[in-house]
Formats: sequence, C-alpha cells, structure tokens
Amino acid sequence: MIGVLRNISPRALRVWQRNRDVYFVTWKTNLLPPLLEPILYLLAFGAGIGALVKEVPYRGGTIGYAAFIAPGLLATQVMFQAFFETTYNTFVRMYYQKTFDALVTTPLTLEDIMAGEMLWGASKGAIGCAVMMVAIGGFGLLDYPHALIIVPFSLLAGLFFAALGLCFTAVVPQIDAFNFPTFLFVMPMFLFSGTFFPLDVLPRWAQAIALALPLTHITNVMREAALGRLPADLAWDLLYLMVATVPLCLLGIRLMTRRLVK
Amino acid sequence: MGGPSQVIEARELRKRYGDFTAVDGIDFAIQAGECFGVLGPNGAGKTTTVKMIHCASPLTSGTLRVFGLDVGREPRRIKARIGVCSQEDNLDPDFSVLKNLTVFARYFGLPAPGALERARELLEFMGLWERRDDRIRDLSGGLKRRLVIARALINDPDLLILDEPTTGLDPQSRHQVWDRVRTLRRQGKTILLTTHYMDEAQTLCDRLVIMDRGRILVEGPPAELVRSRVGREVVEVWGYPPALLDHARLSGWNVEIDADRLFVYTESGEDILQAIAHRFPSERCTVRMAGLEDLFLKLTGRELRE
Repeated sequence: MIGVLRNISPRALRVWQRNRDVYFVTWKTNLLPPLLEPILYLLAFGAGIGALVKEVPYRGGTIGYAAFIAPGLLATQVMFQAFFETTYNTFVRMYYQKTFDALVTTPLTLEDIMAGEMLWGASKGAIGCAVMMVAIGGFGLLDYPHALIIVPFSLLAGLFFAALGLCFTAVVPQIDAFNFPTFLFVMPMFLFSGTFFPLDVLPRWAQAIALALPLTHITNVMREAALGRLPADLAWDLLYLMVATVPLCLLGIRLMTRRLVK
Repeated sequence: MGGPSQVIEARELRKRYGDFTAVDGIDFAIQAGECFGVLGPNGAGKTTTVKMIHCASPLTSGTLRVFGLDVGREPRRIKARIGVCSQEDNLDPDFSVLKNLTVFARYFGLPAPGALERARELLEFMGLWERRDDRIRDLSGGLKRRLVIARALINDPDLLILDEPTTGLDPQSRHQVWDRVRTLRRQGKTILLTTHYMDEAQTLCDRLVIMDRGRILVEGPPAELVRSRVGREVVEVWGYPPALLDHARLSGWNVEIDADRLFVYTESGEDILQAIAHRFPSERCTVRMAGLEDLFLKLTGRELRE
C-alpha cells in the first residue's frame, strides 16, 4: 500500500484547484447553507430546547446549551461536507461526468487525482466550518483566539471523512448505495458523538462505543477550543485522528485505483 | 528497436479481461508525421489499444514503447507529450469553453499566461473563439467534439490520439472535424485515429490497420490495400438470380454476396458488366471504384455484431 505514495506528486494540487474553481463558480449556493444552517439550529435547539435545558453539565462544570451544541454543529458540518464531497460528488465526477477519464490522459496519475479529491474534500469541510464559525461567532459562542485552532484542525478532521468517503466510492455499485454508509455511519455519528448531549448521560457500554467514533474526538477538540481552552488530554483525540486518517487515505486511493484501472 | 522517428512501437501486444481477449498479440509501428488509422467494427480492440498507448490500461503481455519510452515505466513522461480526444465527451460541464482549456493546461504544468494564449489560438483554429464564454451544455455535439480536440492539443502534443472523433456527428460537423485533422496532418502532427467509418479512414489516413476480434487483419496505405486485396473496381448487382451466382463462381470471378446484392471485384468492371448483360440482360448492374468498405466487408464478414 506504500506503493501508492510513489505515484503521488504535487500535481495532485491541480485536481484540488479544479474542484476549488468549480466550487467558486457556484459560490453562492455553496456558501449560503453553512452560514444559515447554524442559525436555524441555534434557534431551534439553543432557544427552543435551550429554554428547557438551560445548563449542561460538562467536564465537572456547567455550560449553556447553545454553547454546548455550537461546536457540535461545526464538527458535523465538517463531516457532512467532506464525506458528501468524496462520495456523491466524486462519484458524479467519476461515473457521470467522466472527469477522471480526461484527467488520466494528462501527466496526472490516478493516485494524484484521488489525493487531490481527498484534499479538496478536506478543504471543503474546512471552508464550511470557517463560514459556519462566522455565524456562530455572531452569537458570541466562540472564545477567540483559541477558537481559531478549529480552522486548521477541521482540515485534519475533513481529511478523515474525505478518505472514508473515498473508500465507499471505490466499492459502491451505484450512486444510491451511498444511502447505506450515510444511515449506518454518518447519521449515528451525527447524533451520538457528544454533539447534542454530553456522553456521560449514556450507559457505560454506549459511552465506549461513542468513544470509538471519530466524530466524538473531533467534537471534543472543537468544544474545548470554542470554550477557549486547550487541555493536554486533547492530544489523545489528535492522536486517534491521525492514526486513523493516514491508513484510511492510503486505502481510499488504493481502492479507487483498483476500481478505475482496467 | 526503431529509429528516432518511431513514435509508437508495439510488439506482441496483448490485453485480456478474464477469459476475454480484447487485444490478441498485435504488432505495429507508427512513424513521426504520419496519420495512422485503426479501423475495425465495435469490439475489435481499437479503444483498448488506444488506452494502452496512453498508459491508462496496463498490458497483459508484450511490449509497447511510445517515444521510445516503456508505457509501464514512464507514463508521466509519455502522457506529457500526448493529446487524447476520447470517444466520450468528458468536458467539464461547470466551466466555460475557455476555462475548460485553461484548467486542462494546468494539468500539464503550463504557466497561466502562455496557457491563455495557447487556448485562444486553439479556439480560433477550431472556430470556437466566439463561443469562449458559453457553458458546455449549450454546445452542440459537433462543437463539443471540436472543443475536445482543441483540449487534446493544449500541450502541443507530439502524438495526437483521436478515438472515434466523429462518431455520432452530423455530416456537416464530421466534415468540419476532418478539415481540422487534415490541417494538423499537413502541419506534420503525428496522429493516431481509430474509426469504424471507411470514408473517414480513407480520406484521413496515410496508413492503416484493420482490426477484428483483437487481431490485425491487414496493414498498409488504404489505396494500396484496396487495390491489392479487392481490385480496382466493383460490379454491384441488385436482386441477382441464383443462376448468376453459379455463373459467377464457375467463371472464377472474385465474388461476394449480401442479402440482396452480388458484388464482383475486378480490374475491369466493364468486361464483367458486359458478360452479365450478355447472359442476364434484365439485371440491374452498376460499376464503381473499389473502396475500403469492400475490403472491410470482405475481411470482417457481413454478419451483424452486437
């Protein structure tokens, strides 16, 4: 699998640039959702449920409910943007638009192309996250400058989900088959990764499962950063992500080349 | 090994997909500056051969060198010098006509100002400059095809590959494409063209191979091939009676039939025509020049494929 690395060159960035250019052709439709979505959530959950819940016990203290879910929204935003980019959108480029067929006739290798796809997926997650931070910051729910760490971190988090998405894209027979990973992985993570309620309220076994989910660790880091603190134990979350992301990237590229070389 | 003017050299080139052999041990060479055709019915192995040449499909066995480089070892260096116009339109639907070219130039590492200049030249050459800001979905099939060819030329390739460049185009668009290809040929560009249109191969190619079921059946300049394998002229008889077929065979004529026509390949159509008129005065006959189509049908048979 290390052989994958030999075939990746800086030209992968050309693929990233291509996707970025497409993104900015339709920038209004791309940037509006991450700007408006948190406002809806914060109104519904923050003001609605927040009126009932008010305070959430968290790490020995308590914080307001809106402050609790805001970083969860950022984390799930990264997940959705990155995962859907390298699943549905990559599939469209691969299968319907035949974009990769055109790209492999240039000096790019398939490995370059897939690396570029993943980097773009990660970037899209980070862009979505940054835009959302503007809206959330408007509610005074981000403690700067510590919260700024969320932006580069979202790139790593995005890379994880982009790589995961690419692995699925390499094996699905048709585009509707993405419903399975979406409902089996993404939606449960969205709900059970400490995004909308603290994990302590769950039974022990469920907490153990939640700790195995990558989004739990991403939410952890983002929440601490949003609250303006960076405790040392975040290193474990970071370590988990890095250890999971690197092989997943290689696997995604490997599986995609296996699918596309005929 | 071939000299420096050898652009492609294939030996015992073979490609298998499981039990199916798409390309079955073919040998051929393409010289710099020629337009080389690969003619064959659907499923003959044309596109598979092309994909191996532009390093998109690994060989099962044999050797394949492009610009003297091994396709398995140096795909990047080879692809940097090739332009491919693929069978399917794979233009970027989200970009304008011009942007399709400038984005493609980036994949070759062309610096932006030069790329823009080059894109402009190519769009003017292909008659697309006026449409430079149009979206791809607003282009007709013929214009899309011209744009794909323009895109294939963005890196000023030493080898241009045209994989069925006019399939699905209306007659006018086909002629426009042919026109540009002829111009490129005059400029000395090495071109590899696959097609299943005889007239296309006949008008564009200096030399060609006819492929069927993964093998090369014949190779040579189109006119010479027709002359040596078919003859100079063809007599066509519509609705022939069985007695005429018997007579033709007894006379030792070079004869072929399809559902309702009888063909006699000959050096002198007039003699045959008179012989037929003499014995079968009522038959509808015509004499014409022999063409690639006659050779093709003679070699690959008349049965329908797929």
